[in-house]
Formats: sequence, structure tokens, C-alpha cells
Amino acid sequence: MSRSAHTGITLGGKGETHHANAEQDLFGFWVFLMSDAVIFALLFATYGAMLGGTAGGPTPRDLYELKPTLIETALLLISSFTWAMASVSLKYGDTRTRVLGWMGATLILGLVFLSMETHDFATMFAKGAYPARSGFLSAFFALVPLHGLHVLAGCVWIIVMGVQVIMMGLDDRTKTNMLRLGLFWHFLDIVWIAIFSTVYLQGLAP
Amino acid sequence: MSDRAREIWRYVAGLFLAAASTAGAFAAVRWPTLLGPRTFAFICGLGLLQAIAQFRFFLHVGIKRSARDDLLLLLFSSIIIALMAGGTLVLMANLRNRMM
Amino acid sequence: MSEPVLPALLGRFEWHDLPFVRAWENPNVSEIIGAGAGGLVIFGALAVAALLTVTGRWRWLWSEWLTSLDHKKIGIMYVVLAFVMLSRALIEAVLMRMQQAAAVQQPGFLSDEHFAQLFSTHGSIMIFFMAMPFLTGIINYIVPLQIGARDMAFPWANSVGLALTAGGAGLMMVSLVAGQFSTGGWSGYPPYTGLAFSPDVGPDYWIWAVSLGSLGSTIAGINIAVTIYKLRCPGMTFMRLPMFCWTSLCTAILMIFAMPPLTVATALLALDRYLGFHFFTNDLGGNMMNFANLFWLFGHPEVYILILPAFGVYSEVVSAFSTKSLYGYTSLVIATMAIAVLSFTVWVHHFFTMGQSANINAVFGIATMTIGIPTGVKIYDWIWTMFRGEVRFTVPMLYALAFMMTFVIGGLTGIVLAIPPLDYVFHNTLFLVAHFHNMLIPGMLYGMLAAYTYWFPKAFGFRLNERWGRIACGCWVVGFYLAFMPLYVLGASGMARRTAEIFEPDFRPWLYVAGVGAFVLLAALGSLFVQLGVSIRDRATTRVTAGDPWDGRALEWSTSAPPPEYNFAVLPVVNRRDEFYEAKRDANPFAPPARYDLIEVPRESALGPAIGLAAAACCFGLVWHMWWLAGLGLTGVAAALIGRSFVRDTRRIIPAVEIEATERRWLTTVHEHRPIPRRLERTPVNRGVAEATPR
Repeated sequence: MSRSAHTGITLGGKGETHHANAEQDLFGFWVFLMSDAVIFALLFATYGAMLGGTAGGPTPRDLYELKPTLIETALLLISSFTWAMASVSLKYGDTRTRVLGWMGATLILGLVFLSMETHDFATMFAKGAYPARSGFLSAFFALVPLHGLHVLAGCVWIIVMGVQVIMMGLDDRTKTNMLRLGLFWHFLDIVWIAIFSTVYLQGLAP
Repeated sequence: MSDRAREIWRYVAGLFLAAASTAGAFAAVRWPTLLGPRTFAFICGLGLLQAIAQFRFFLHVGIKRSARDDLLLLLFSSIIIALMAGGTLVLMANLRNRMM
Repeated sequence: MSEPVLPALLGRFEWHDLPFVRAWENPNVSEIIGAGAGGLVIFGALAVAALLTVTGRWRWLWSEWLTSLDHKKIGIMYVVLAFVMLSRALIEAVLMRMQQAAAVQQPGFLSDEHFAQLFSTHGSIMIFFMAMPFLTGIINYIVPLQIGARDMAFPWANSVGLALTAGGAGLMMVSLVAGQFSTGGWSGYPPYTGLAFSPDVGPDYWIWAVSLGSLGSTIAGINIAVTIYKLRCPGMTFMRLPMFCWTSLCTAILMIFAMPPLTVATALLALDRYLGFHFFTNDLGGNMMNFANLFWLFGHPEVYILILPAFGVYSEVVSAFSTKSLYGYTSLVIATMAIAVLSFTVWVHHFFTMGQSANINAVFGIATMTIGIPTGVKIYDWIWTMFRGEVRFTVPMLYALAFMMTFVIGGLTGIVLAIPPLDYVFHNTLFLVAHFHNMLIPGMLYGMLAAYTYWFPKAFGFRLNERWGRIACGCWVVGFYLAFMPLYVLGASGMARRTAEIFEPDFRPWLYVAGVGAFVLLAALGSLFVQLGVSIRDRATTRVTAGDPWDGRALEWSTSAPPPEYNFAVLPVVNRRDEFYEAKRDANPFAPPARYDLIEVPRESALGPAIGLAAAACCFGLVWHMWWLAGLGLTGVAAALIGRSFVRDTRRIIPAVEIEATERRWLTTVHEHRPIPRRLERTPVNRGVAEATPR
């Protein structure tokens, strides 16, 4: 039974129960991600509905910049790739060090993304663009930092997984958790596509 | 080519597609005269393509039997999201036009 | 009395926030009732603690129940929570009916503020802490048994969901003792519930209690959907699932997709209130109409979450007690899926009057009327199931019959409300209140009570007292008609909802009738408690340990009553619909297996209750601006989640010898008792073995 569709799990003969458990664990996590997607979707819709609510304050054009957004996008995209490499290492039975290396790369990229984004927000605050200023800014600061909080949670998760890999090795539960983290990380990159498209690029488009 | 190499190339392909569509979207905004008023639609189209590419290449969602449950879940979720987000936008725009 | 007591420790708490202090300073009836309610909460908590201490049951409660990951125990705990909260919310309803009967051209005995809190808590409790736990509990108990599984897909998450829901309910109870609840209704519309108009703790209690409940429900929904999707026993294809599982699956899908909009609505309101954001404020670009939009994106699918499990119960009950297989199984499946999908397309009908164009209203009005069609199909299918069947008028069947007749009235008034120009007349009148209670009580509540009666013998091994069951059913039906039919008349005559004082003397007789109805409903609740007491007292005569008291069709009846922890010694193999029922007639469903193997079951975990407690503490801290407590609670939740991921020893083994002994004991019981025909099923000879009369 080839499960190559999911970056597979080499279980070494533990058998049906654990394999089946992994499948239902992953599917359950997919379902959870879909409910999270609905939350994001509604925040996007709210943002769209409140674009006009600038209340005489700063507008998108005043605040958004192409270059930092492009860099942040690149950081997340590459981090998705580094995590994919981590999961390939996992699947093909590489050493722990290899796997941890790719995990570490992803973590660093994620943290750099977060620090850049925090700096962006600080810059906005300095320009008088804080959430309590207007409805538009409230909508922006609900949507984009929520994504940021998810990335932060993902970074914490990578650290926790790192500890588990070191302490317990690559056992079944750790592997399943790694797969779930992968789903989460890729999902966040997809949400970012929507953010840079409908928030930043729309704000700067003619 | 070994299984592992094949898999890595798939990820590289996904990365390349994602980077290309990102570049295209940013370019459309950097040089706005290229598309004019259709810029935003173009950006959204590219974004959608990139999302599909990422689902396919990074998340292995496809029509193969083992991935079918995931695909159906995604499609159903997309319909619900389209309804909720689309409905919200239409409704709020309608209210704004009538009241503001 | 009006200053914070110890702000660093207790946030914005002041002595005045205690109802006892308020009643002392201002001893009018309204305040005394408030203080009495607060006193009852404290007394109740102390009484439970005393009972546990005196009977030495703390350890038992903790290790057998609170930390259990067994879906059956979790299901029972959900239902117990539901009954407790039902009692509170029903008493609140009686108070409101009494106030409205008394307050025609007089102020009545409740202050406006108190009345507003009552309708807010009544609605919030009934929806989030009575109905949702009740249906989640029944689904949790029954679905794994019906699909031939040993537990839900995520037993630990199940425990967390229960704990979060209980935490939310706890927050609601605490609001009686400290502070006050929101006066903005169960729907909590801003800007009234925003900082500018309600800076008090009320809306915060509402936000966090509802958030805890909705998080618990999202987790439950994911669990139920994955369980039905992935854990069906061999041969159990989708089209062989019992109807209750179909409705549970669709309910779960609704939960997964409908809870997020509520999370967003309450979160954005919280951002407005805590951090001064401008989502729903009157000024600086806020748009409060989006709240109604977001809330009802949740609210409409929510009511289908409430009703679909009841429909599933009716399918089981009507089929069982008509001694006939369900008519039109395929059409029932399609109707259920249609209802689930359509429920996402009608939310605007909750605010036809908000100001959008007639074209938009028309689209949603038509969509709303369309939902009536699959529901109608179901009603006809149930009627055709009864036709030419041998109908037995047991208590669950009585609830089903009352449902069929009464619910349809509510459905018709729903069609009336679905027409936008008519809705402009009826919106927010008592007509609307009558309509939704007409759907929820005969629809949802009767279904849950039928489920309770039908499956109680399975869960506890003895039947409920029939006589008190009929008394309760009679009171629920009569009480419902008396309490709510007058509201249709009043609403059509123009009486608005949520009014504490009435100025039209013509309304008085109707309000009196409704008031009487409320007391009959209270009697109904009382009868249920009497029924339970009598049933426990008489359980020796109603034991049905063999497990099949009703000649059941689905797999849950093929186990002992109560079922063993592991449900099935050997996972069943299914070849057709109603496999157990058919096997009783043409095979031997009680043949012992060739061999018994050990079974792994989920090990108990303290982290579920820990998360519930930490989350509730965090929310309590947020309500009162006790930031240290909020931070502590949040850290506790994170620590528990991370801690759980390190646990490797999540299973316990039940050895094969133990399983063999349990099974042999049960099979001996089955073989030593006489199979009884249906006409004797409500007599003491019924020990849970059914006579397999030919189809």
C-alpha cells in the first residue's frame, strides 16, 4: 500500500494500527486547518469591506511598501522549501542531524520573517497608523498579525519538535507530529499568498 | 532517477512556479502601466495559480485515491469560503452603496 | 463600594459587583432574586463538594470520570452538563414569563436590567450550554457504537472539548456570583455591546463563555467527522450507516465550518473592547452591520447543527417503534446533505430589515423557503415508515409523534418569516420568538429527550420509568403549546420581543396563558428528575443487561448494557443495512468468536480537565482585567498542549483473559433470559433479549 501522496512514514513493521492512526491524525489536522481557513477568509472579507473606513487617517497607499513585502514573501516561500527538504530527509531515513538541520533553517527563516514584519508594524505605528486609528487599520491589524501569530506558533512548534527529535528520536508519534507541522507551515505560506495579493499588492495597485 | 531525487525535483518545480507567479504579481504593481485597471484581477489570478501549485507540489493534494479525501475536503471548504467571503463582500458593498 | 478593591490582584472587581452587596444596599425583589441566584450557585457548589467528601468519592470522580477518555463516559458527562444548564435556563424563562404577565402597565418585579440579563443568559445557555452539549453527548456515546468502532478518532481531544465546554458553562455560573451578565441578548450586537455603551463586565462574560463553548464544539465537530469518515468497521459503507450517523456526520461538517464565523465575530468585538479597535464602533470607520453578518453566518448553520441530530434520533426511534425499517433511506440521506449545504446559503434572513436591497433579500428569501423542502421530505419519510408498521407508543415514540405534528407548525411560520415583506412586520416581535421556540423545543428538545429515553437502558443497563416518562412528555407538550402559541398571536398583534414592560392591556390574557405554560414546562422538567429517581429506585425490575430491550436495528444494540469499555471484543463485519437486526433473524449474532485478543484503550489523562480549568481561568481573568490570571491561564493551556505532545504512553491494555471473561458473562446473560415479544417490552420480563419475529 503506497502512501507516497503524503510524504510517507517509514514505520518499520509496527503495522496497521499506527499507519491508520497516522492517516486519521493527518486528516483530522487537515480538517482543523480548513476551519482555520474560514477564520482567515472572513478576516479577508472584513478587510475588504473596511478598506474604505480610513476615517481621514493613513491609507494603504501611505503605508505599504513593495520591497519589504517581497522579501518577506521570499523568506516564507524558501522556508516552505526547506521544510519540504526536512520531510524528504524524514521519509528517506536520513540522520537526525540532517533533519534537525533543515528544521533549523526553516526556523531561522521564520524568525527573520517575524522580525521584519514586527519592524514593519513599528514603522506603521510611527506614522500614526495604529489599529485604534480607524476601521481600515483595525481590519489590517486583525488580519496580518493573526498570520504572524500563527507563524510564531509554528516556530514554537519547530522548537518543540526539535527537542522531541533530540530526546526521543524519530519515533512514530514524532513523525506524525512533523507531518502535521509540515501541513501547518505550508498552509501558512498559502495564507500569505492571499495576504500579499489582496492586502499589500491591492493597496499599491492602480 | 531515484524516488528521492524525483521527489526533490517536484519540490523544486513547485518552488519555481511559486516564485514565478510571485514575481509576476509584484511586477504588475511595480510597473502599473502594463495592465492598468486589470492589475488586481491579474494579481488574484496569479495568486490562485500559486495556491494550486503549492497544494499540488508541496501538499500532495491530487486526484490519486490516497489523496482524494483531502481534495474533496479542500473543494468543499473552498465552496463554503467562497460563499461566506463572497457573500460578505457583496452584502457589505450593497449596504455601503445604499447608506453611505 | 464603587472602587476597585485590589486592582493589581483583582482587576476591576469592586464590592458592588457581588449581588449580595447590591441586595443589601437596595433590597427590592429584583436584587433579592439576583442575590438568591448567586447564593444558589455557591450553595450548589458546596453541596456537591460536601457530598463527594462524605461519600469519599473524589478519587473515583477524578480517575473514573473526569480524566476518562472513553467516549461513553464523555458522552454521559456532556448530557449531565446539559441537564444542569437546562434547569437554570428554564427557571430563567419562568421568571421572564412571570415578569411579562405581571408587567402590563406596571413595572413588574424585575428591573429592566435584570430582565435583559435574563433573556441574554437564557438564550446563551440554552444554545451553547444545553443544546450543544446535549447533542454532542448523545453523538459521542452512540456514533462509535453504531459504526462498530472502539472509540472516537481523537479521544484526548474529546476530553479537551468537554473541558472547554464545561469551562464556558462555569463562567456563566460565575457571572451570577460576581458582576453581571451581558444585557445584549444571546446575539450580542454592537455598538450596544461595545465599549461605548456597555463598558461593564457583562459583554465580556458573554464573549469568553461563548468562545470557550464554540472552541469545544469545533473540536467535537472535527472529531465526529473524522471518526465517521475513517473508523467505520469493515463492510460499513456510507449507504449502510444508520441515519443517526448520517445526521451526525452532517452536523459535524456544519460545526467545523460554522463555528469559525462566531470565533471571528466575538474576537473582533473583543479587540474593540480590549484594545480600542474600530470594527463595530459608531465612529472612525467602524461598521456594526458586519457583526450581524458574521454572527448569522454562524447562527444559521448553528440552528441546523441543533436540529439535524434530533432528526437522526427521530429516524432511529420511528423505525424502531414502528417495527419497520426506515422508509426512503436514500431520500433521507440526500435530504440531510441538502439541508446541510443549503444552511450556508440563507443567513441573511436573520436581518432582512438591516437595509440591503430588495434583490438581495429576495435571493435569500427564496433560498430559505427551499430549505423547507428536504425537511418536508423527511417528515413524509417518517410518516411512511409508520404506515402499515406496528406502532408501539413508548415514550420516545410519543415525543416523535408530538414533534411531527408541532414542528410542522413552526416550519410553516418559518415560511411566513422567509418572505421579506412579511418579515418586515414580524421581525423582532414575539412571532419570531414563538417560531424559533417552535423549532427548538418540539424539534430539538423532544429529540434529545427521546434519545435520552431510548438509549438510557443501553448506557446504564436499566429502563426508565414509563409512567413518569409519559407525565413528563405530556407536560412538555401541553406546556409548550400554552407557553408559545399565545406568542404567535401577540407577535402578530405587534408586541416586540425582549420587553420588560408592556403598555397594551389587550395583551394581558395571552401573557397569562403563556405564564401558565411556563409553569407546566417547569413541571415537565421536575417530572424528568422524578422519573430518574424512581427509575434508579426500581432498577432491579427494569434491568436489561443483555443489551437489546427494543429489538434494535443498529450495532449499538449488539453489545451488553452498559457496553464494555472496549465496545466490541471483535470488530463487527457488516454486509447490509441494519446488520444486527437481520442477523437476529437469519444468523447467530451472539456466536462467540474463535479467539479473544488483547485490546488497547486510551489511557486516562489529566491534561484535558487541566486545559479546561486553565482556559476558564484565563477567560475569567480577561473579564475582570486580572491580567496576571489571564497570562497564567494561557500559559497553562500552552504548557498542557506541549506537555501532551511529549507523552508516549497513551494506551492501556485490556488483557485477553479479562475480555473473554466479560464476554462470556454477557453471553450467558443473553442465553439465560427469554427473548420477549414487543408487547412485553415495557414489562419486567424484558431483560434485554429480543424475540426475532419474522420481518
